[in-house]
This record gives sequence, C-alpha cells and structure tokens, in this order.
Amino acid sequence: MAEPISRAEVEATARLARILLSEEEIAGFTSQLGSILAYMETLNELDTTDVEPLAHVLPLKNVLRPDEVRPSIGADLAVREAPDATNGFFRVPKVLGEGGGA
Amino acid sequence: MTLPPGVKATLVVGLEIHVQLRTATKLFCGCEVRFGAPPNSLTCPVCLGHPGTLPVMNREALRCAVKTAMALGCRVLPRTKWDRKSYWYPDLPKNYQISQYDLPVGLEGAIEIPRGDGTAKTVRIRRVHLEEDAGKNLHDDPEVTLVDLNRTGTPLLEIVTEPDIASAEEAGALARELQRIVRYMGVADADMQKGHMRFEPNINCIIEKDGAEARTPIVEVKNLNSFKALEAAVAFEFERQAAAYLADPAYTIERCGKENRGWDDAALRTLVQRHKEEAHEYRYFPDPDLVPYEWTAEELGELAREAPELPQARRRRLARELGIGEGDALLIVEDRATGDLFEAAVAAGTCPKTLAKHFINIWTRLANDAGVAIAGLGLGAGALAELARIQADGTVSATAAQQIAEAMAKSPEPPRALAARMGLLQLSDRAAILPFVKDAIAANAKAAADYRAGGKKSAKSLGFLQGQAMRLSGGRANPAVIAALLKEELGPPAG
Ligand SMILES: [Zn+2]
Repeated sequence: MAEPISRAEVEATARLARILLSEEEIAGFTSQLGSILAYMETLNELDTTDVEPLAHVLPLKNVLRPDEVRPSIGADLAVREAPDATNGFFRVPKVLGEGGGA
Repeated sequence: MTLPPGVKATLVVGLEIHVQLRTATKLFCGCEVRFGAPPNSLTCPVCLGHPGTLPVMNREALRCAVKTAMALGCRVLPRTKWDRKSYWYPDLPKNYQISQYDLPVGLEGAIEIPRGDGTAKTVRIRRVHLEEDAGKNLHDDPEVTLVDLNRTGTPLLEIVTEPDIASAEEAGALARELQRIVRYMGVADADMQKGHMRFEPNINCIIEKDGAEARTPIVEVKNLNSFKALEAAVAFEFERQAAAYLADPAYTIERCGKENRGWDDAALRTLVQRHKEEAHEYRYFPDPDLVPYEWTAEELGELAREAPELPQARRRRLARELGIGEGDALLIVEDRATGDLFEAAVAAGTCPKTLAKHFINIWTRLANDAGVAIAGLGLGAGALAELARIQADGTVSATAAQQIAEAMAKSPEPPRALAARMGLLQLSDRAAILPFVKDAIAANAKAAADYRAGGKKSAKSLGFLQGQAMRLSGGRANPAVIAALLKEELGPPAG
C-alpha cells in the first residue's frame, strides 16, 4: 500500500492552517497522520452503497430560534479579554490584503 | 472596444451577489442587526467566536432565503445543512465562516432581465445559499488593524449565476432587477449606501483570431458595492483582458488559471490581489454545531403562497391589460408601493395611458426632486386618477396638468378644484372658442389666404393661426376644438 499521506500533503496542510512546522515535526506528523489514516482505512472495508452520508451524529433536525433581539454584552465586555483594544475596537497586527471577503 | 481587423472578443460574466436579509437579529445569535452602532456594541459570545458557544439558526433568515430561492425559480432542496469554510482574517474570529456547501437552500433557477423594449434576457441561477457576514477591518492606521464585529454574523444570501451575462449593461440590469425582486418580496432593504448588496463578477473573454479560439483567465473582482462600480469593473476587465491577450497570447485560462482582482473606485480600474484559494482549500466540512433542516411540503407550500407578484410579471400584466408599453411599465413597477399606487389609481377610474404618462413625466420628476419614490409623495390614488381623467377628457391641457401636479404636491385640494382656482380649466365649448378663431383670422388675413391657397405653406399657416387663436384665449382653449373650428371657418384649401 502507498503511503497514506505524503510529506508534500503535510506541508500543504500546515500552510493552510497557517502553522510553521520544523523539519522534525514534518517528518513526525507525516508518520503519525499516516498511521491514523491507515487505521481509518479499515472503515473502507464496509459496504456503504445504500447508506446516506451523515451530516450530523445527533438524531436532531430543524432547530430554529425566533428572530427576536436579545441583549448583546456591550463593547466594553466584548473587548475586555482581548490582548489589545482601543476605543471599543479590537486592535490586531496589520492585516495584509482586504480580508472581509466573506 | 477597438480590436484589430479579424479579431472578435466575446465577454463571459457570471455574478456572485451577496444580499443582506432584513432580519431583526443575526443569523446564529440574538444580537441586533443595525448599521452605524458604536464598534462592537452589537456582539455576544456567539458572534465573537468564543469557544464553547452554540449557534442557533434564525428562523426568519431561513424563510427569507427559501422565499427568494422560490422567486428565482430555484429547486428548493428538501434538506439543507450548514458547513464551515476556512477563513483567515480577524473580522470573523472563529477562523471559519458558517456557509452552505453541498446542500444549499436552492439550485438551478433563472432570472429575467428586462431590456426596456418588451424583450427580456434570461440568466440561469446556479445556486442560492445562506451564510454569515464578516465584520469590518479598519485599515486607517498604518501600523495596526482595528476590528469591529458588529456586522459579524449578519445573514447574507449568496446568489450565484451561471456565466450567461454578455455585457456590463446586462450585469447592471441583473443587479437592479434582483434589487427590485428582494424589495418586492420584503426580504431585504437592499440599500446600496449601507452595503446591503455586494457583487463579485467572474469575468473572462473568448477571443477569436486567425480562425482559432482562446479564453482569457477568469478574473474575480472582489466586493463591488454599487451598480456603477459593477458595470465599470466588467467593462474595464473586458478591455484589459482582450488587450492583455493580444499583447501576449500566453494570457489564457490554461496558462494562468484564475485571478483575483480588487476595484479602485477612484481610478476606475481593477488591481491584482491575492491568489484565489482552490475550492477544496477552503476545507468545507459539515458544522457539528448546527443540525440540518428538513422542509415539509406544507411549509414550502405556505411560503410559496406568501410570494407577491414579482416586478417582471407585473410589467407583463400592465402591458397586456392596460396597453402600457413595457418600457413605461418598467418605471411604474420600480418599487412595489408605487406600483400599488398606480393600480389603485387605475381602479379608481381613469385613463390608464394618461396616468402612465403622468407617472413617467410628472410624478417621477417631482418624486426625484423630493428625494422619495412616487408612493412617498403622500398623494392619494383618487387624486392621481382625477388629474389623469380631467386631462384625458379635455378639461385641462397637458401643460396645465403639470402645473396642477406641482400644486397638488403642496395642497390637499383635489385637482379639479385646483384647476379652477388656478384658472387652468380648458375651454372646450365651441361657442366660447369661436370668437377667438374669428378674431385670429381677421387679424391675419395673409395667413388665412396662404392656407386657402393650399400647397406647401398651407399646414404652416394653419399652425400659425391656431397659435394666434390660442394666444387670444389666454392659453385656455382646447387645441383640438380650435383646429376644428379654424378648418370650418376657413373652408378647404385649394388643390
Ligand atoms: Zn451575537
């Protein structure tokens, strides 16, 4: 069987997660993630042809709330635990690019 | 656009449109949605993205989303669910945006864009889904970014079209029609000044040259927030991409893939931005905090029955039932309240065509001057109907109707009473008008002779005499009666 995850895939995943890994960590994660994925492969032995994909583990659906305003906590409390704040704004390192592209 | 001989460029545009829904609260928490509140005053642990909090779906937002999907002719999925989409900016502090990936609210619809001449262009809708908005990053300070999370979690409807749009004008017309539709439905205010509608066109060109066909890279222009910017950005990209390909034939989708560009509203041009993440790099996965929603047929039937008649259907009906041109109907149905006012005036009994002319030529101008829609002028349907009626039956002239309309905007008096008080009642009585006609002929013997002689000068002379008789009447005589009397008095021209 081929390696479940390649070194390049671990590097790409780290880049997407915006984390910096050392050479040793990349090697370590490649082997650790590899054994986890190999273990998960066991599941593929099951025949799931007629099974609906599961979106949620709870047997719940249709949970809604009415569109009624509830009190917010206020700007002072909102920013109080932040590492840095000014005039009710969160103050963060300079964002490069636009952001807000939701 | 000027292209070298033998070169043909075709524009291909698809639109992603974000519409802010009109709800009292955010999508997943009870914080109020309000524009212009002090920074971070409308926040709570859920929209601040604190660990251990639980989002709960806003019922009204979901209903608005489904109603809009239905209005756009989409297939509403019987089961819809929420997914997380990776996000790396501080204006959504969870590090992901709650959106919908594989089971959106609706799929495969269409929107008709009126061209103003009675024809329409159909643009297919790919999907309609709900998602939460991000907050605002303020970049004024060169050293730091300030973050306001009041907007974080505001319900947005994302509408994605197929690449069926072929010009900047069509892109603008589609956006405006969508604005009318969501306003008719009452699901959104769609106030451009408040950023309630934002556009992201995907633009490329097909270039035919020397019998070969090439496609330029697809450029996505981010976050346009006015109709003008949307149109200008599409037009700019068309020119830029065609020129870029002609300068370098390697500028193709095969070589360059997709590109993100921003819009500089001052310079009216697009600028290179960060590279687009591939779709799978957003790493969508089902949100374990939110459960799916399954519609019953009863619920969907009830939502469908709540739908009002939409602008395009209303235009068609007015054109068919009242003989009003679709170009005119376009303006009359611009907003729902104005369309309702028009129809109430028609129901009160009037000449619909004259009423339509008043809406287009008089009331629109007065409404624009007052900075409101026609329905916002505060005039009753009965008064509008009466003004059109007294013009149509010759009681007042078209010019007098304009003056009366201006007076109506300031006075509660009915149009006929205003006309009487302002001395604008038109004379239609033949016996009353005859002396003016006789005097005009007597004072202008040469013109009368020219008319009787026939030939080239005849029509001109009649017009002159008509004007003289009108002047003698103080502008009050019915022009049709003057013309008829003149012809009787002068006898038929020679020849
Ligand atoms: Zn909140």
